[in-house]
Amino acid sequence: MWIARVTARAIIVFARLLTGMRANWQGCVPAAVQRVYFANHSSHGDFVLIWGCLPPELRPRTRPVAGADYWDRSPLRRFIGRDVFRALLIDRTRSDPGSDPVALMRGALEGGDSLILFPEGTRNTTDARLLPFKSGIFHLARACPSVEFVPVWIDNLNRVMPKGEFVPVPLLCTVTFGQPVLLSADDDKDRFLARCRDGLLALAPVLD
Amino acid sequence: MPTLHWNHETWLLFGGLFAVLLLASTVTLLLRWRLAGGGSHPVIDNLAQRVWAWWWMIGVMGVAFALGRTAVIVLFYLLSFFALREFVTITTTRRGDHRAIVAAFFLFLPLQYVLVYVDWYGMFSILIPVYAFLLLPILAALSAETTRFLERCAGVQWAVMICVFCISHVPALLTLPIPGFDGRNLLLIAFLVIVVQGSDVLQYVWGKLCGKRKIAPLLSPSKTVEGFVGGVASATALGAALWWITPFAPWQAGAIALVIALMGFLGGLVMSAIKRDRGIKDWGHMIQGHGGMLDRLDSVVFAAPVFFHITRYWWVP
Repeated sequence: MWIARVTARAIIVFARLLTGMRANWQGCVPAAVQRVYFANHSSHGDFVLIWGCLPPELRPRTRPVAGADYWDRSPLRRFIGRDVFRALLIDRTRSDPGSDPVALMRGALEGGDSLILFPEGTRNTTDARLLPFKSGIFHLARACPSVEFVPVWIDNLNRVMPKGEFVPVPLLCTVTFGQPVLLSADDDKDRFLARCRDGLLALAPVLD
Repeated sequence: MPTLHWNHETWLLFGGLFAVLLLASTVTLLLRWRLAGGGSHPVIDNLAQRVWAWWWMIGVMGVAFALGRTAVIVLFYLLSFFALREFVTITTTRRGDHRAIVAAFFLFLPLQYVLVYVDWYGMFSILIPVYAFLLLPILAALSAETTRFLERCAGVQWAVMICVFCISHVPALLTLPIPGFDGRNLLLIAFLVIVVQGSDVLQYVWGKLCGKRKIAPLLSPSKTVEGFVGGVASATALGAALWWITPFAPWQAGAIALVIALMGFLGGLVMSAIKRDRGIKDWGHMIQGHGGMLDRLDSVVFAAPVFFHITRYWWVP
């Protein structure tokens, strides 16, 4: 659908003007490898930055995982979420016990897509650098062991538009892609989550 | 408001710049063959990137000059925007500063350039030193967040002074009504930019050729006494040689070029001190080989208001 493509283009141009959107491929290279990019989450714009930092040919095959409660709330959000970015919307409230988010993500991976995932589950508005990870990423890694789990640190976007403000301010943001984390045989849930967390924190700039 | 045209001098000037760039590209190519056998070499790669960026920067300036006054004002508005974005990024701010930063980007930045456009000098010269100075801390205070308040306010005020107020003095040169210089004010901008940037480039060249003693090892380890003296002296000579594009006599053009080059050098030191304090090497990554927008504009920032006022005081009746 051309209108979705034009909208995606416009959102990327706007994001670049606002944030500079610099990609720093520190631990891997942009390649057509099936991946789960997992990142820190502080703003609704997080996935736009990661998506826009990927080479254009990888974007259509990379889907952000997002909360249906937010992206299904209005027709505009539905258009941006579902049509422009092909987001995989999951039910965070678990109102229907039959719907399993991990099964949905696994289905998308088996269909050949890559995913953008925020393992904290919700936006971090605290002073802590990361919230505790949800366990979904571990179950996903166990279900799809050949997929690369790439940590991605998004720096500064929380300052562009703090929660409760309506006008974004232009500030440079850097998106750092780290070394892929692979599930090893002796990983249990806690160990794998800790390794993912460490891999992500290693990309964060040193605080002053 | 003087009207402007692309005239004989402008053609000569850009022709000259074109020749210099051609020379620089040729020298880079020769150096690559001599020193690196045509292969990769960190210093040569950086030099090649810098020269390539110069082609772009002079090209953009040339297009803006050809389009005229409005395009030049819009160009410097954009340069201010990118500079401000870099400066605020490295400033310590908290959530309580959000409204002040919004005002900096979306009120004071455009308003300052509108004042250049409508040529309202009285307001142009006090908008930021008076009104932004007072309003920005008011907005921060209304957020009731007091942690490191003075430091945060000072950071945002500095950002606006450096990136908006100082840079806006470059296009403001277009508003100066100099008798006998009608329609040629673009050449004042060319003079300023060529002398300041020429001074930077010549300091780099002199430093690479015969630089030994460091001039400010703690602030800027790559700057040397030899580079400074050679660069400033040759920029002064360059300015004097360009007297024919200015309303100045040759000795006046040389003296003004000396002041501009010194201000540019000192401005570079101040901006380096800020970078050291923040633990960064470059302001950003916009310009290949140079770093950020402010890495290229740091010396212009400090030279522009001084050049503006020298010209306004002695040449505008």
